[in-house]
Amino acid sequence: MKKEVKKVHITPRRRFFTNIAQGTGMSIMGGLLWAGYAQKAKSSALTLRPPAALEEEDFLKTCIKCGLCSEACFNRDSNRDKETLEHRPATLKMAKAQDDATIGTPFFVPSEVPCYMCEDIPCVPVCPTEALDITSVSNDKGELDFKMMNMGLAVVDSNSCIAFWGIQCDACYRACPLLDEAIKLEYDRNERTGKHAFLKPIVDMNICTGCGLCEKACVTEKPAIFVRPRELVLGKPGDHYVKGWDAKDQQRVAQQSDKDMTTHTERSKSEAVDYLNTGVDFE
Amino acid sequence: MSNYKYLILRRISQITLLVLYFGANAYGWKMLAGNLSSSTILGTIPLSDPFALLQMLAAGASVGATALVGGLVIVFFYGLIGGRAFCSWVCPVNMVTDAANWLRRKLYIDKIERKIWVSRNLRYYLIILALIVSFVSGLAAFEVISPITILNRGVIFGFGAGAGLLVAIFFFDLFVLKNGWCGHICPLGGVHSIIGKYNLFRVKHNSDNCTLCMKCKDICPEVQVLDMIGKRSDFVAKQECTNCGRCVDVCNDDALGFNIRNYMKNNQEVTDENVN
Repeated sequence: MKKEVKKVHITPRRRFFTNIAQGTGMSIMGGLLWAGYAQKAKSSALTLRPPAALEEEDFLKTCIKCGLCSEACFNRDSNRDKETLEHRPATLKMAKAQDDATIGTPFFVPSEVPCYMCEDIPCVPVCPTEALDITSVSNDKGELDFKMMNMGLAVVDSNSCIAFWGIQCDACYRACPLLDEAIKLEYDRNERTGKHAFLKPIVDMNICTGCGLCEKACVTEKPAIFVRPRELVLGKPGDHYVKGWDAKDQQRVAQQSDKDMTTHTERSKSEAVDYLNTGVDFE
Repeated sequence: MSNYKYLILRRISQITLLVLYFGANAYGWKMLAGNLSSSTILGTIPLSDPFALLQMLAAGASVGATALVGGLVIVFFYGLIGGRAFCSWVCPVNMVTDAANWLRRKLYIDKIERKIWVSRNLRYYLIILALIVSFVSGLAAFEVISPITILNRGVIFGFGAGAGLLVAIFFFDLFVLKNGWCGHICPLGGVHSIIGKYNLFRVKHNSDNCTLCMKCKDICPEVQVLDMIGKRSDFVAKQECTNCGRCVDVCNDDALGFNIRNYMKNNQEVTDENVN
């Protein structure tokens, strides 16, 4: 008996749909790999950006990786010292593949080269995409104000800061470009010796710009004061905590009246137990 | 040396641009600062990579006006002189892949290798994929893997581990696929192909002079655009032509040369033929 060979008729329609399916399969495969890589290629949360940078997520979308900020930075390799003719170490670096930051984006490492907070902020106006947002460092008059920079926040590790041990050191305090504003010295009595004072550096989070000059100046082996992105080190109490002694905060609550202000946590039904005063004769 | 005229001019153009970019960072020159993603001429005229802008917009960025104007300048410029003139006269990766191609010819790899077929339209699909991935990941997707910017930035700011990608592309083009990167994969080349669809400067073939030696087809990185060789006297019609001029260089019969496309005249010729 002759074996019947089944002949498949391949219509143009079948060919069309098969080609579409093949293309889709390859796209999904490639797209997933690509998207996965792109996710991993995002900067580490510890990356410090140039002044006036947008929030990290928006910054990554908006930075075109042209390096104009890095080339405009006063503290750059090409801007030699006029007197000594020595090259300056560059503050803003363009991330390479092996760096923690997304490839091609500008960042700085304060312990190596901090930001020197130029008054004219040369790195910001040159940004073509406005990933460095000039309005965030401009005051009401439209002038650049370097005090409005916001690159990060200095944090003191009081355990390893020798000033907290009672050894006299005010290196970070002296290095701060906003002297006695961003870092203040808190005087405290040293109970151990009974006759000395602690001069503890305290960072004011509302003023510190995160330039990192303190981190660079710190004398300990690994800096005891260091700059981190603000969102990494700042907590958030939530809207429902109100400072009853602060008129401004009271106002905030008054303006919130349109929001849902009902208490969602039910009150405990059981009575408070007075266990301290029971069975005690006060007579 | 007349066989290398356009090649030498192209190398001068590519290297001059790299030197200007390098000097802007190293010595503070103002002529051309930034890099191929975005730059300024004399600190005033902005230039931006239109493909990078598209990806950023797909990722959901609100891009500043300067960069958008720069993108328009680039689209207009290359739209006039030839979209992929970027690829052969500006892009530094062209020097890497040309080197691979040169070695490929010297080692007769074309004649020996097991051929792999990859669609020349892959780059257009990759444009779409790049925009989708940018949208999903919130990051300009091609810009984090682009060997063009890696090489360009490497020259300006110093190379990093990304240089490995350039080595990979060199060996891919040398051993795996002829004109693999520039002629099949690179989505930026695809974008520039589209930009230059109606450009003015094109190679024109004069089939009366042609001796069918096929040297032009041997050297051309986008062979499919030379489909009229020996058949009819016409301009290169396909948008993938990079205006590199190698075919003009190697032609000893004066059958190829740059010319200006005249749309009005072309239409007239067609009507004349119809009348006859």
